[in-house]
Amino acid sequence: MSMLDPVLLFFLLGVVAGLLRSELRMPAAVYDFVSMLLLLAIGLKGGIELARQPFGELALQGLAVIGMGVLLPLLAFPVLRFAGRLPRADAASIAAHYGSVSVGTYAVAAAYFASRQVDFEAHMPFLLALLEIPAILVGILLARGFSREMRVGVVAHEVFLGKGIVLLVGGLLIGWAAGPEGLTPVKPLFFDLFKGILALFLLEMGLITATQFGSLRQHGPFLVLFGIGMPLASSVVGIALGLGLGLSLGGTAMLGILAASGSYIAVPAAMRISVPEANPTLSLDASLGVTFPFNVLVGIPLYHAMATQAFALTGGLGS
Amino acid sequence: MNSSTRKLLTIITESALERILIEEIEHLGARGFTITDARGKGHRGPRDAAWDESSNIRIEILCDDAIADAIARHLRVRYYDDYGMVLFVSDVEVLRPEKFQP
Repeated sequence: MSMLDPVLLFFLLGVVAGLLRSELRMPAAVYDFVSMLLLLAIGLKGGIELARQPFGELALQGLAVIGMGVLLPLLAFPVLRFAGRLPRADAASIAAHYGSVSVGTYAVAAAYFASRQVDFEAHMPFLLALLEIPAILVGILLARGFSREMRVGVVAHEVFLGKGIVLLVGGLLIGWAAGPEGLTPVKPLFFDLFKGILALFLLEMGLITATQFGSLRQHGPFLVLFGIGMPLASSVVGIALGLGLGLSLGGTAMLGILAASGSYIAVPAAMRISVPEANPTLSLDASLGVTFPFNVLVGIPLYHAMATQAFALTGGLGS
Repeated sequence: MNSSTRKLLTIITESALERILIEEIEHLGARGFTITDARGKGHRGPRDAAWDESSNIRIEILCDDAIADAIARHLRVRYYDDYGMVLFVSDVEVLRPEKFQP
């Protein structure tokens, strides 16, 4: 493997500082700001591209990705419930985390592909936004079925008006409406500074990940195994879907990465409200303590290599 | 000085609950409240407010006995099992008692 991308060194710095109990901590407002910039930048970039895509193709890809968002938690749930012997609520909540996506992982992957000059479909953020939501709904249904009293309004508010979705979709719409020339004046902040912002974001992610390691020890090896095994399996689903949709090599790898990533912002907030009996520590330990570091350090190049193999074998279906 | 006694109800809980709690507290008759961000440690482990999922809030409500009682009972039934929540009531002197009753 070639030299680690410097942004990942920031992540490692955060992990090490956290493990050594350094005093380093990013003020919550700064972390909020940095994650807002990332979400908007990703949205804007995708939005510029949306206007150029034929609607029919977008709709087809969108539906396929929503289908994947429903499928992944349904695959994860029985494993958690029966192999992991977790209570139903916990299994459903963790399954929802793994069916949804991590914008942080996407950002690292985008930087990875950019530095290797691998192109991927630029409207990918549109699929990213779509993939956030279905797993949450599936998770809630897995936890409590259709029957029990559910505060539909509150849950819907949490799901569709969470910070992540609003900024991502808002960015997409602004990018779509303004177009590349319109966005030139804000380009220095959102696009030119992207990697610096990502570095700061990953520094804080490292610190948060380190705090998760501590409680991970209490929950035993199953979560660690699941946190690595599940993204490996999901990435195969994502890559297969990318091939089936006829995406480019970069796009197929990116879809594998999206499938492999696990949420740690939108889903925990929604699950806390809608499935309160699920222990939030379990799902965050798995998705932040295991899967996020695994994906950004090992997974992204691995899924890229898997997609490359798949392309060599099939000759890139559909294209 | 013309003062009289009211209850100060203090709730420390997960910030994820903020929106729902506000609605319920108002529904139960509180006319106002103050919310501050908080961090600390309890039997569910440290809550260091490093990011959204680990942050707490502190809600303070000035009201009369009946409302304090209703809110406390409602929260105990609904949230104590599944959420980190600490709740306590104290007597306080207020200068404009009419502000703090329904």
